[in-house]
Amino acid sequence: MPTIYIDNVPYEVTAGKNLLEACLSLGKDLPYFCWHPAMGSVGACRQCAVKIFKDEADTKGRLIMSCMEPVRDNLRLSIEEPEAKEFREHVIEWLMTNHPHDCAVCDEGGSCHLQDMTVMTGHSYRRFQFKKRTYQNQYLGPFLNHEMNRCIQCYRCVRYYKDYAGGKDLDVFGAHNHVYFGRAEDGVLESEFSGNLAEVCPTGVFTDKTLKQHYTRKWDLTMAPSVCHHCSLGCNITAGERYGSLRQITNRYNGEVNGYFLCDRGRFGYEFVNGPARIRKALVRTKLPEAVSREEALQEVTTQLKTARVIGIGSPRASLESNFALKALVGEDNFHSGVSDTDYDMVNMSLKILQSTPARTFSLREVEKADAVFILGEDLINTAPRLGLAVRQSGRQQPLETVMQASIPYWQDAAARELVQEQHGPLFMATLTATKLDEIATATLHASPDTIARLGFAVANLISAGSPEVTHLSEEEQALAEQIAQALVKAKKPLIISGCSTGSEAVLEAAANLTAALHAQNPETGLVLTLPECNSMGLAMLGGHRLDSAFAAIHNGYAEAVIILENNLHRCADKAEVDRFLGKAKQVIVLDHLHHATTEKAHVLLPAGAFSEADGTLVNNEGRAQRFYQVYPTAEDIQESWRWLAQIGQALHVPLMSQWENIDDVNRALMEVEPKFRSLEALAPPAGFRISGQKIPRETHRFSGRTAMFAHHNVSEAKPPQDPDSPLSFTMEGYRGQPPSPITPFFWAPGWNSMQSVNKYQDEVGGHLRYGDPGIRLIEPGQDGLNRYYHDVPEDFQPLKDHLFVLPLPHIFGSEELSSFSPGIAERAPKPYVALNPRDAQTFGLEAGEILSFTLNHQTFRLPVKLYPELSPGTAGVPRGLQDVPFFEVPAWAIILKPEPAWKNQPHTIS
Amino acid sequence: MFSILRSMGLTFLHAFHKRDTIQYPEEKAKLSTRWRGRIVLTRDPDMGERCVGCYLCAAACPVDCISLQSTEDENGRRYPDFFRINFSRCIFCGFCEEACPTYAIQLIPDFEMAEYNRQNLVYEKEDLLIDGQGKYPGYNYYKVAGMAIGGKDKGEGINENPPVNVKSLLP
Amino acid sequence: MEESTSHYLLIIGGVLFGLLNVAAGLIWVERRMLALWQDRYGPNRAGPFGLFIVLADTLKLFFKEDWIPPLADKVVFVIAPAIVLVTVLLGFVVVPFAPGIVVADLNIGLLFFLAMSSMGAYSIILGGWASNNKYALLGAMRGAAQMISYEVFMGLALMGVVLLTGTFNMTTIVEAQRDLWFFIPQFLGFVIFFIAGVAETHRLPFDIPESESELVAGFHSEYSGMKFGMFFIGEYLGITLISCMVVTLYFGGWLGPGFLPPLVWFAIKVFAFISLFILLRASLPRPRYDQLMEYGWKILLPLSLVNLLVTAAIVLLQTES
Repeated sequence: MPTIYIDNVPYEVTAGKNLLEACLSLGKDLPYFCWHPAMGSVGACRQCAVKIFKDEADTKGRLIMSCMEPVRDNLRLSIEEPEAKEFREHVIEWLMTNHPHDCAVCDEGGSCHLQDMTVMTGHSYRRFQFKKRTYQNQYLGPFLNHEMNRCIQCYRCVRYYKDYAGGKDLDVFGAHNHVYFGRAEDGVLESEFSGNLAEVCPTGVFTDKTLKQHYTRKWDLTMAPSVCHHCSLGCNITAGERYGSLRQITNRYNGEVNGYFLCDRGRFGYEFVNGPARIRKALVRTKLPEAVSREEALQEVTTQLKTARVIGIGSPRASLESNFALKALVGEDNFHSGVSDTDYDMVNMSLKILQSTPARTFSLREVEKADAVFILGEDLINTAPRLGLAVRQSGRQQPLETVMQASIPYWQDAAARELVQEQHGPLFMATLTATKLDEIATATLHASPDTIARLGFAVANLISAGSPEVTHLSEEEQALAEQIAQALVKAKKPLIISGCSTGSEAVLEAAANLTAALHAQNPETGLVLTLPECNSMGLAMLGGHRLDSAFAAIHNGYAEAVIILENNLHRCADKAEVDRFLGKAKQVIVLDHLHHATTEKAHVLLPAGAFSEADGTLVNNEGRAQRFYQVYPTAEDIQESWRWLAQIGQALHVPLMSQWENIDDVNRALMEVEPKFRSLEALAPPAGFRISGQKIPRETHRFSGRTAMFAHHNVSEAKPPQDPDSPLSFTMEGYRGQPPSPITPFFWAPGWNSMQSVNKYQDEVGGHLRYGDPGIRLIEPGQDGLNRYYHDVPEDFQPLKDHLFVLPLPHIFGSEELSSFSPGIAERAPKPYVALNPRDAQTFGLEAGEILSFTLNHQTFRLPVKLYPELSPGTAGVPRGLQDVPFFEVPAWAIILKPEPAWKNQPHTIS
Repeated sequence: MFSILRSMGLTFLHAFHKRDTIQYPEEKAKLSTRWRGRIVLTRDPDMGERCVGCYLCAAACPVDCISLQSTEDENGRRYPDFFRINFSRCIFCGFCEEACPTYAIQLIPDFEMAEYNRQNLVYEKEDLLIDGQGKYPGYNYYKVAGMAIGGKDKGEGINENPPVNVKSLLP
Repeated sequence: MEESTSHYLLIIGGVLFGLLNVAAGLIWVERRMLALWQDRYGPNRAGPFGLFIVLADTLKLFFKEDWIPPLADKVVFVIAPAIVLVTVLLGFVVVPFAPGIVVADLNIGLLFFLAMSSMGAYSIILGGWASNNKYALLGAMRGAAQMISYEVFMGLALMGVVLLTGTFNMTTIVEAQRDLWFFIPQFLGFVIFFIAGVAETHRLPFDIPESESELVAGFHSEYSGMKFGMFFIGEYLGITLISCMVVTLYFGGWLGPGFLPPLVWFAIKVFAFISLFILLRASLPRPRYDQLMEYGWKILLPLSLVNLLVTAAIVLLQTES
């Protein structure tokens, strides 16, 4: 470890870093703009100047940009040296010559890096007498607001958007002091990660447009640590509330999971919480249209359940606690997973693979470090977007080797990219159709799931003869398999990615074989499987029967009542079947936070808390359990599902549930009943946790309006609401230091109001959070010691005449249930369509936009055609999970109906 | 002993002094223009609301008695959706006025706001907003801010150049 | 006999009525006079010259919550304020307001007055003790020490007058002043008696048992409603009593030029002294407790002894010659 001297004080620092990182890691306040821990240095803003000295005798020194200077042993530098300070102040002054007098109406104000840095350097008076430069703004879609006047030309936005996230449509235009950051013309930003611009931009050029619609300063938000509910990766988020509505989602750094970035679904998908579809009051069908109180609803449920035999249907988007509470209430035999058959099989298969595979499931941080990636079947940008972004970074691993060989530090971003040019590390993609990652892929295969699985098996066979052989491979496939096998074997840290979105178990088996084969040669091999929902893994680990058996239980009279937990059954089984089931059940009790087709049929509807109104635990795709916390006290009768269920259980005298008062009690019972969750103990501090006898405040010390915000209801302030479930308080009073990482409600440090304050919460800039990254992994590799190969290699896919094999096509915007209730996401969601290979379209005599009619599982669909040349002939793609497309089990064969002229001019409806 | 008698004598002589009491409410005290009394929201010279809903007053308020929600009209001009001051908590310290970047919130020489019912001390925007500029005439924040709003496009503000032509490479 | 009984009853009733009115009126008088000397108006809103503030105050006292602290000694707590009122009122029994207008013209009148004013100390001690409050107890202890100390000089100062007249009977003492009011031969005695009187009524500047800036409200911290009212009235009656005594003993009682009836002369003189009490309050700061005790024992006691000695010597000389 080299020693550097900062203002004559020696410090030990990590080798290989730059001085700026070293200084920030040591907790020094050194201003910067263009440098970003995830993107390296370019030395563009000249803000982080320090003086370095040759030796002790050198008093003159020279100014350098600390972000461009590597750490050397015995390096002497000064941050406080007057000339360096003056230089930094001047730089800010220059940057501010054109910065508008806007802070009062700027959404960044109060969490603005430029504000922080201006204060830090001490610049306070504008001497520049001339006119300010102005720009016209652009429309950038429903997520981001553009205000170019505020730009300080740090280039972070394009470096992030183009270099880091691979976007194409944001760039820098113009010349000299007229440079312009934007699109070539107005339009929606195409990247799925555009929302990060709001955090990457050090000032208010790019700001969160959804926040703008109900604007609140950061200091006024009541914030709590949360976990994104919109895909299986479990990115950490900070959710902020004001006046009873959720206002903003920001990234919550987790060194192992999401790091500095979120996808747009996670960042902007929160608005469903404030939406009109929310269930806010308990409803009892016999007492409609009046809502009933919490007590009346509980009374009603208990009377209904006292005499009836009851089954429960869990949910992959409800917390572990809620699912467990339901399981405890109805008993293990009567607990069913509320997922479609395909998902049930796929998720259980994934769980089995993760438990048995000897290889490690990579966290996102490890994914970024993988140097060869083979993706089987997953369109990552649409099923697990943040993973896609991580894979993009992994593509830089091998080229970075050359950079290191050229003695260029990896963080010298401009130089490194200059050297690397368009090189990418080995990335192989076998997907159903074209994906956004194809552009950086070494080789791609677009084919049906079976073909993909065969390729996987073939590669596995090439690596290890233990894996079954694949017969009748075409020559190209054989060549591709060999290429992939070579690259994977050569890699230091190879990674196999697959998942549930193809609906094909063979693909998963192929991935498992591949991983096992590779792992035998290279123990650094990793595996990542993506899952359909945020808590699919947790639900699968809890166990539960198929949905079918729930239907059967009602139909054959085994049970009369059903409790449905946060689940729209119409999204996981055929409409007709679900309606028959709900019609037959004498009592249907539904707990959920959004109105949907299933809640319409409920006899009793209990309002559950959405993620921002509940405490709970999610288990992500790598088996990492993460706790999310209630952000604000719930209005009206909303409470967590597990709390409803615990109250029902207590009314029905279920022994296990008799003592359940808060989430810790539920978790304790869970750990006792299901030993595989034992390590949850260490997940987060218990509700009784205090620092110096104090809770952790969810509100900043600057929180305003306490005595006025509810004064119009009653001028006497009510007692602040209590939180029995966590060591967090709903007030601004409490411990002001850094809390343990799982319960850090927001990032803030003196002088650092912006997101960049996260530097102060890390043990090393860009590293892990102090006190460890939150989350506990419940699955460790090779748990049950089984490492066998799967032997069922599927036959190659054969098209059928007048049939199409319908495959689900996931969409980042629209496929996920909750986020699609958010207006911004809904705007970006595709209209229903059916994707065809142009050859098939020609066969059926259809052009793009015309209607294709087909029947699938006895349902008839009429959807407009989109032409996907990459889709393999004989297959069709239908967007997965769109709100107005009824559920159907895919993949499955569809029978193509003859085009009926009578239907031709009808509007594009679906029956 | 003598000093005690002297001070008693001096006190006694005060019986013949003029009384300092001002017979409020019949007789009003003269308040200086900087008196920190009732809080108002003023308008700019064009009679637009000066408040842009920046939340600085609320943040500065030591008793947290200001609460507001900013919103935007269709042309991008920010204004408070609601603006509430709980005068039963207000200590008339004037920090909000100091914090206000647009001269919108001002304390005026009026203190006669007693109420029998405490609830009546909660003032909403319509109670606070006046049809005038208050103590600082002539200031119009949006004229010097870079934002485009209705009636003022980019580059039309004071001390602003016309918007940059991105396609030009001329210096 | 019939007539004399009703006569006495009339006098008793008249005195009682008059005194209570005076005490209540003093609420207004004190505030107005303090205000006068502080260049203010004082109460001037309710009724003419704000006179009805007396009514308002009384009403307010009646309607205040009559609260007894839960840990207090309840019986003593209730009795204490009554003691002050009763003893002070009894003190008036011997005061000759005018020829014939005296409730009981006792031949030991002066001793009776001293006895009654000593009893007043009990109300402070008991009130402070029964409150079960640190401040109240501290106030009570200060009050006890102060009152017992100053009673000594008060009695000694009075002895001068007794020596001059040879009687304890108040009427006789007044009659003895037809030629010369005793404040001239007994000036020192008058001064000491007056100071001791102020201390005895624990009025400012000697309001050490109350001293609101140190002890909240001293011995009556816990009192509210009419119980506090009794302390309040007791204090004003105490002022009146001491003023009456000063007038009777040193300023010729009801004596005065004949153009005004004797009772009026008496009232005028008493009012002058009450004003002096208020002026004291308006102008002097409160001494420290130890200063008060030192002043009493080291200055007033020797002085009063000297006064007694000199008076006795002169009287002896006069009788010798």
